[in-house]
This record gives sequence, C-alpha cells and structure tokens, in this order.
Amino acid sequence: MMTLFGIPTAALFGQLLLGLINGAFYAMLSLGLALIFGLLNIINFSHGAQYMMGAFIAWLSLTYLGANYWVALAVAPVVVAVFGIILERTMLSRLYKLDHLYGLLLTFGLALIIEGFFRQLYGISGMPYAVPKELAGGWNLGFMYLPIYRAWVVVASLLLCLGTWLLIEKTKLGAYLRAATENPALVQAFGINVPVMITLTYGFGVALAAFAGVLAAPIYSVNPLMGSNLIITVFAVVVIGGMGSIMGSVLTGFMLGLLEGLTKVIYPEAASTVIFMVMVIVLLIKPAGLFGKGA
Amino acid sequence: MRDGAGILLSVEGLEAWYGESHILHGMKFDVRDGEVVTLLGRNGAGKSTTMRSIMGMVAKRKGSVVYEGTETIGLSSNRIARLGIALCPEERGIFASLNVRENMVLPPVVRPGGLPLSEVYDLFPRLAERAGSQGTKLSGGEQQMLAIARILRTGAKLLLLDEPTEGLAPVIVQHIGNIIRQLKERGFTILLVEQNFHFAATVADRHYVVEHGHVIDMIPNADLQANMGKLKGYLGV
Repeated sequence: MMTLFGIPTAALFGQLLLGLINGAFYAMLSLGLALIFGLLNIINFSHGAQYMMGAFIAWLSLTYLGANYWVALAVAPVVVAVFGIILERTMLSRLYKLDHLYGLLLTFGLALIIEGFFRQLYGISGMPYAVPKELAGGWNLGFMYLPIYRAWVVVASLLLCLGTWLLIEKTKLGAYLRAATENPALVQAFGINVPVMITLTYGFGVALAAFAGVLAAPIYSVNPLMGSNLIITVFAVVVIGGMGSIMGSVLTGFMLGLLEGLTKVIYPEAASTVIFMVMVIVLLIKPAGLFGKGA
Repeated sequence: MRDGAGILLSVEGLEAWYGESHILHGMKFDVRDGEVVTLLGRNGAGKSTTMRSIMGMVAKRKGSVVYEGTETIGLSSNRIARLGIALCPEERGIFASLNVRENMVLPPVVRPGGLPLSEVYDLFPRLAERAGSQGTKLSGGEQQMLAIARILRTGAKLLLLDEPTEGLAPVIVQHIGNIIRQLKERGFTILLVEQNFHFAATVADRHYVVEHGHVIDMIPNADLQANMGKLKGYLGV
C-alpha cells in the first residue's frame, strides 16, 4: 500500500476529495450569503433551509413527476428564487433600515418554519436520491478512486463560482451591484431601480443555495435538516473570508473544506471543530476576515 | 418670471426631514433653462438637503418640485433621475469597488443629448489617463472631476453640483470654474451649492441666499458687488 507521511494515500486523497466536495458546498453557499449581505444587509439565516428546499424539489420532482436530475438542476433554483422573492417583497424589505439582528432573527424563524414543514411531511430519516446515470461510476486514478459524480460537483461548483464572479466583477450589471452595495441611495439617484435590484439579488442568492442543494442530493441524502447541519459551518466560512467579499468567500470555502478533510486524516477528533478554531484565530488577528475590507 | 416661461425647475413650499429633524421650511426658488444658479448660505442652512430633496433622496418631503412641467414630489429618486436631473453629491460618491472607467459609465443614459464619452474625456483628460485606477485611489480633485464628469454623458439637463470646490486647491477650483462655464455654454442648467461666494460670483447668473431652511433673498450676479455688505451679513463672513 502506498503511503505519504505515513498515511495511506488512498485515505489521504479520499479525505481530501471529501474536503474538496464540502468546500464546494461551503463556497456556493457562502457566495450567496455574501451577495445577500452585501446588498441587503441581511444575514440570511434561512440560506440552509433554501439549500434543503433545492434538494427536496429535486427529490419531489423525481418521485412525483419523474423529472430527472438535469431538469431539477434547472428548475429548483428558479422555484426557490421565486419563493425567495416573495419572502423579500413581503417581509425582508421591511427590515432594511433596522439593525442586522432583525433580519437574522426573521430569517432564522423562517428557516425553522420551512424545516418544520418538511420534517412534518417527510420525517428526518432522509430519502435517497440516485446519482444520475450519466455521472454514475468512477475512475481509478491509481492513487485513489474518483467517483465521477463527485468530480462533477467540484467542477460545477467551480464554474458556478467563476461565473458569478465574472458577472459581478466584469459586467455592467455587476458594476451596478457593487456600487449599490456601497451607496444604494446614490445609485438609485442615477436612475437605477435599486429596490428591484435588491429583490433580484436575493432571488439570485437563494437560487445559488438551491442549485447547491440539487448537487448535494445524490451525495448526502435528502433530509429536512441537511441545511441546518451545514449552515453554521458556512457562516464560520463567511466570517473567516470576510463578509461581502465574493472571491474571498469562494476561496475560503474551498480552503476550509480541504483543511477539514486534511484534519480528518491527521487528527480526526478535531475535524468538526478545526474551522471554528481557524475562525477564532482569524478574528483575533484580522477582525474583518481574510478578504474583508476595513476594520 | 412667474409666467413660467423658460423655467426648468420650480421649487415651492418645499419641506424636508432627516429622521425627526425638520430641515427645510418652505424653500421657494426657480431655475431657468440654461442658467447657473447658486444656493448660498451658512453651514447647516439646508442647501445640501435642498439638493437631496430635489433628487428625492430624503426620507420625507412635502411641497412642490416641478421639473419641465412634471411634479416630482411623489416620485422615487430613480424616476426623478430619468426626467433628466443628475446630482454630483457633496461627498462626491466615488465608488471604491469600481475603477475610474466603471465609475464614469455607471450612471445610465436617461435621455438623448448627453456628451459623448470622448468629449467628457476631452474636458477631463486626467480621467482618461487614470481609467484603470480604483475610483477612490484618485486625488480629491480628480475624484471631484470624476463626480462631475460621470453625470455629463447621461443626457441630464439639470445638474445639481453640491459644493464642487470644497477642500480643493485654488488651481483646481479655477479648473472647475472653467468647466462650469463650458457646461453652461453647451446648454446645461446648473444648480450649484457653494460656501465660497467669490467662486460663485465667477460662474453664476443668480444667487439665492438660504437660511434656516428657506430662501431669504435673491441677488442677481450683476448686483452682487452692490449687495456685498448685505451678503456678508447673511453669510457671517
């Protein structure tokens, strides 16, 4: 058996791959959170529930409508975005002038309601969702076995993050978004309908979560609590990366996923806490986060 | 003037609030098509609030602001901008996350007839040189140029310039004076807030003196010298 630093390579790379997968989800979720926080000043605690909704829509549409994975990947983000837009218009939009805490409490409450609803209907044991046949199987790379679906998740996540980054940093629409994040009143006084932009940004942010939820369905089982298990870690990732930095969120997501995977090999007992230890250290040294601006 | 001929902007009985504080108490003035008009007054008189109220950027406003015959008091600021009014704010409002070029083209074209980008760069060649720099890496004077430059290509006809010379070196103040005169020649109408009435006298047609949130006097620029004593009394200089 091959080893590296006394660790079997299959185990090492296997855990690193798991870490990379987790990192992909951290990145996609923290990207949406950072976008939403930047423009809406809302800490979207229902992000995990919206991710879970994405996975459930995939499962429901397969089970009851026979719609396959690819359809779900396209439809679930749209459905969750519409749901998010309704939430934003009817509730969140009343909170923008208040302290962050109100938005956090409202979205936390919404997360509990959404999760409770799915829990009531489907229990908490979780439903399996098969890997789509196009992505079944795997490759033996010699030093490890790489399931195709997992490779797909990493690639899809990277493409999604890169696409979002390009949209925000390189397009006119993105320039409006960046400007409105800094000074919404002035951007509106230039003739841009900022309230509509805010609504669409929330819709886009939660659509990213739903997309991640569909990607997650074949890996983790579809479970009403899958989002709340993940979201606390994602918040730690956002805090480490620095609230409001797009690239920062993505890089930090992948880095911390890998770190977590590595810790699982070296010192498994610390694997679930290592991210929070990093958070403490980063906050002590750089309170605005690794990529955050200002103090 | 009361017949309304040639009046581009007519403000009457304008009241505005910031939170609980009542800042404007019945502002009343007109700006005619093609004029450069200043609002003079001490700090806190309500000049900037008047600008922001015209633009619809205060939480609460009452009264009447008519632009080209359209009552704007009930409109949101994005709708007001689309009528052809543009603001160069006192704090300049250059976006740190945008480079100079992105800052320049950020305000959308709201009407035909704005300056082409190339002409804007002719007026402010320094901005062309620094097109790739981060907006807030510019010097104060350059940021002020950018704040003025970016509203020239939108097709807005009425420019609200809020203290464009504040804190700038005399040579840059002179340059801004030249720009304002050129803009007037090109047919822009300008409402200017100024603390520096010596500067205001070099560019404006008329001056309104603002105190405690309303207009207390109007002095045509031609009569400024004759009224200097009175004006100094108003401004406390």
